[in-house]
Amino acid sequence: MNKLVRENRVTDQVQAEQFVAPPASVSEAGDGYTLEIEMPGVNKQGLDISVENNELTIVGRRSWSPVEGMPIHRESRPENFRRTFELDPSIDANKISAKIDQGLVSLTLPKAEHVKPRRITVS
Amino acid sequence: MNPIRYQNPELVLWPSLDRWTSLRDDLNSLFESPFWSGVGRAGQLFSGWSPALDLYQNNDNVIAVAELPGMRREDIQISLHDGTLTISGERKRESSNGEKAERTERYIGTFRRSITLPARVDANKVTATYRDGILTVTLPKAEEAKPKQIQVS
Repeated sequence: MNKLVRENRVTDQVQAEQFVAPPASVSEAGDGYTLEIEMPGVNKQGLDISVENNELTIVGRRSWSPVEGMPIHRESRPENFRRTFELDPSIDANKISAKIDQGLVSLTLPKAEHVKPRRITVS
Repeated sequence: MNPIRYQNPELVLWPSLDRWTSLRDDLNSLFESPFWSGVGRAGQLFSGWSPALDLYQNNDNVIAVAELPGMRREDIQISLHDGTLTISGERKRESSNGEKAERTERYIGTFRRSITLPARVDANKVTATYRDGILTVTLPKAEEAKPKQIQVS
């Protein structure tokens, strides 16, 4: 019995990766939205962005470069980052683009052509 | 229009309150003493942005590591005075041409963190790198602060 319990626990640990939700900001321009998420310690290789069922998920895993020394004061958290957003129907999910610079993820979420504001020429 | 629905962030950022400023500074300096290391970020309750700061040491160096995502190098200041390291800076609002903020959790403005160093350092040999939004300041210990092996004769 004991063994079974322990095995279950190991499986749980593998499945339940711990994440923290980092701060994010959103702004809207006429042709789309800009989403910025803070992920210090994450670079391009550690970034995983996906859209499934109209839900945008951004996962950032820190690149791990240990500091040579004994920690004597620690405030940073070891967990990786994860944030999810439900996309507005006006967003064209195929045209979402992303970049990361100094731990700041910037996503551009363009609106689909048919919802962009446009001027109708009177003929 | 309600553009995007959100998962709640884990940390709720309190707005900074001007009349709390002097009290906040007192509390910050209190919380920044080594005694309070475990609750150092309590200062965040009173200021908008208190970047996480870690401190390490080995035989030769004291190393400070701060999380400063999305800064420009020229907007980060590092100073050393009386055995206290201060990291400060300002995150400026990006020029928003016609953009409307839907949600703002990221803190825009200034920050300042001070920490007392555990050993005397050589101020002329301090170096700093900024990579992936992480600032690493390496402060070589002064010769007299380095541990020495004494040979038993």
